Amino acid sequence: MEEKKSLWKRITGSREASLVLILVVMLILVECIQYFGGNGHFLSPTNIGQIFRNNALTMLMALGMLCVLLTAGIDISITSTLAFAGMIVGMLQKNDVCHNTFLLFLIAALIGLACGFLNGLIIAKGHIAPIIVTMGFMYIWRGLAYVVSGNQWASGADVAQFAEFGKDGSAGPYIILIAAYVIFFIVLKWTTYGRRIYAVGSNMEAASVSGINVDKILVSVYMIMGLLAGLSGALSVSIYASAQPNMQYGKEMDVIAACVIGGVSMNGGRGSVVGTFLGALFYAVLAKALPLVGLDSIWQNLIKGIVVLAVVLINTLTQRAMDRAALERREM
Amino acid sequence: MKRQVVSVMLTAAMAAGMMAGCGSSTAATSSASSAAASSSTAAASSSAAEESSSSEAATSSSATETAEASSAEEVKSSSAAASTGKADGTYALVPKSAGNPFNEREADGFTEAVKAMGGTPVVSYPDSATADAQITVIQSLISQGVDSIAVAANDANALSAVLQQAKDAGIAVCTLDSDVAAADRAVFCNQAGVQEIGQALMDAVLDISGGEGQYAILSATSQATNQNAWIDAMKQIAASDDKYSKLELVEVAYGDDEPQKSTDQTQALLTKYPDLKVICSPTTVGIAAAAKVLQDQGSSVKLTGLGLPSEMKEYIGDDDAHSCPYMFLWNPIDLGKLAGYTSIALANGTITGAEGETFEAGDLEGSPYTITKNSDGATEIILGQPFKFDPSNIEEWAQVY
Repeated sequence: MEEKKSLWKRITGSREASLVLILVVMLILVECIQYFGGNGHFLSPTNIGQIFRNNALTMLMALGMLCVLLTAGIDISITSTLAFAGMIVGMLQKNDVCHNTFLLFLIAALIGLACGFLNGLIIAKGHIAPIIVTMGFMYIWRGLAYVVSGNQWASGADVAQFAEFGKDGSAGPYIILIAAYVIFFIVLKWTTYGRRIYAVGSNMEAASVSGINVDKILVSVYMIMGLLAGLSGALSVSIYASAQPNMQYGKEMDVIAACVIGGVSMNGGRGSVVGTFLGALFYAVLAKALPLVGLDSIWQNLIKGIVVLAVVLINTLTQRAMDRAALERREM
Repeated sequence: MKRQVVSVMLTAAMAAGMMAGCGSSTAATSSASSAAASSSTAAASSSAAEESSSSEAATSSSATETAEASSAEEVKSSSAAASTGKADGTYALVPKSAGNPFNEREADGFTEAVKAMGGTPVVSYPDSATADAQITVIQSLISQGVDSIAVAANDANALSAVLQQAKDAGIAVCTLDSDVAAADRAVFCNQAGVQEIGQALMDAVLDISGGEGQYAILSATSQATNQNAWIDAMKQIAASDDKYSKLELVEVAYGDDEPQKSTDQTQALLTKYPDLKVICSPTTVGIAAAAKVLQDQGSSVKLTGLGLPSEMKEYIGDDDAHSCPYMFLWNPIDLGKLAGYTSIALANGTITGAEGETFEAGDLEGSPYTITKNSDGATEIILGQPFKFDPSNIEEWAQVY
C-alpha cells in the first residue's frame, strides 16, 4: 500500500512525469483526430522520424540552453551563431574549398565554440548581464553571416553531397541527437562538472565559497552552447540543403520555450536533460500535429502559443503544489 | 540639478551624433554589412520579386496583348519610339534588402544599363528589409541630388511622403518589382502581370497533373500581397474555363518563407491528401523546401511554381527521380536593366510615365517598351511573360542567379 502510494506520488509529483502525461494525452488526441479523420496513423514511423528530423536543431540547441539556464544565464545569440557557422560551411562548399562532411561539421563546431567562448568570457569576466552580451553578439554573428554570404546563398547543387547526411531517411541527424542526449544525461547527472553547473546556478556565492571556479564554469557553459549552435548550423545546411544568412531567424525563442516547457527554471539551478528532451519533443510534436489536424494555417501560431502557455501553467502549478507539500511535511 | 541638465544635454548630443553618423553610413553605396543584422523580412523578399503591391492586381492579359500589338505598330511607324537620349547624370536604385541573390542580380542589371548609357549608377541598400530603412536611404539620395530614384518598395504606402519630397526636388521616381501608390511615382516596372503569372501557373498545374486530380498551393505568409494576388488569379482562371474543372484545389498552406515550416507544411499536405497530384509553390523558399521533401521521399507528387534556378537546379527534371518538371520566374537582371533605362528616360523627359508613351530600352528583348495601364488605372511597364525554366535551360540559368 505504502509502496503504491509513493509511486503515484512520484508520478504526480514530478514535473517530468506530468509532462509525459500531457504528451501522451496530446498524442492520443492527435492520433484519434487523424485516424478517425481517415488519414491513417499519426504515429507512423515516417511521421515520428520527421518529428525528430525537422526539429533536430531545436532539440540539439535545447541541451546547450539547459546548461546556460542552469547557471541562471540566457543565450539569445544562438541562432545567429548557427547562421554564421552554417553560412561559412555553405560558402566553403560553394567555393569548392572543402566537401568533406566530417571536416565541415568540425569547422562549424569550432566556430560555434569560439563564438560561445567570447560570450562566456565577457559575461564571466565583465560581469555583464547575459541577455545584454548575447544580444550584442546576436547582431554581430548575424551580421557576419551576411558579410560571409556576400549576397549569395549556398544551396541545391552546391551542398548536394553534404546534404546526403541530413537527407530524409538518412540516420545522420538521429545519431547526432542520440549521442548528444546520452552524453549530456551522463555528464549532468553523474560527473563533478555537471553537478558544479547546478551548484553555480542554485547559489553562485555558495559555490564560489566552496571552491568552485565560477568563472570557469560560466565560460564553459556558453562554450557548450556555442558548440551545439555551430553544430546545428552545419546540421541545418545538411537537412535543408540550403545556407541563407537569415536561417532560423528568431528561433532562439523556440529553444528557450522547449527548455521552459521541460521544467527548466529561468532562475537557475533547476532542470534536467529528461525534462528538456520532453519539452523539446512536446514542441516538435505540436509543430507536426498542428498542420495535420486540419487547422487553418493562419490559426496555427495562435494555438501554438495557447498550448505552450497552458502546459507551462499546468507544470508550474504542479511544481508549486509539490513544493508546498514538501514544506508542510518539513514543518510537521 | 545642474548635473542632470548637463548629462541630459550630453546624451542628446551623443544621440544626435550617432544619428548623423548612421545616416551618412547608410547613404554609402552598397552597405551590405550594415544590412547585416537585418531581418527575417529578407527571407520574405527572397521570395524573389514576389511582394509586388496590390495596385498591380489583375492586369488583363488581353490588354497587354493589345499593348504589345500597338507597340509593334509604333515601331513600324518609325520614330514613334523615342530613344532614351543621353545620360550623364546620377541614377539611383534602392533595392528591397541586401543579402539576397535576387536583389543583387537586379542591382547588377540596373548598374549595367546605366553604365551602358554613360550615366553613373548608385545602388543604395537599406539596412533592413523595411520601409523605414528605405526612407532613410531615399532621404540621403535626395540630399545628394541624384537625377532619378528607382525603388523596389518594401511597403505600398509608407514611402509616399519621402517620394513626394523627391519629386518636389525634381528627381524622377519610378518603382520596380514591388509598387507604391500610383501618385507617388511616374511608372512601375512590372516583372510580369499578375494575370500572366496566374495563367502560367494554372496551365502548369493542368499540364503536370494530366488534366485532372487534386492540387495544393504552398504560399509564403498569408498576408503577402503578391502571393495572394497570384493565388486569386489562379482561382479565377480555374473557374473561368471548363478545362480546369477536373482539378480540385484542396488547400492553400503557408510556409512563411521558412525552410523548416515549409518542410512541415509540405509533409502535412502529403499525409493529408494521399491522392494529391501537384503542389504549386509561388515562392522561392517554399518551392525549394517542397522540392527537397518530394525528392527525398521519392514521392509521385510533382511540383511547379516560382523559384530561383540556382536553388532548384537539382530538382528540375522530367524523370521520376526529379520532383519538379518545370517552373517559372522572371529575369531579375532584365528587370534591373528595364528600371535603369526607365530612370534615364524619365530623367531626360523622354517619357513622363503617361499611358501610351514608348521608349527604347537598349538590348532588352522587349524593347521598345510601351507604358500601359493596369486595371486600377496605374501606369506600368511589363517586362514580359514569366520565364519558363525546364531541364533544357536550367543548367545555364543556374549559373546566372
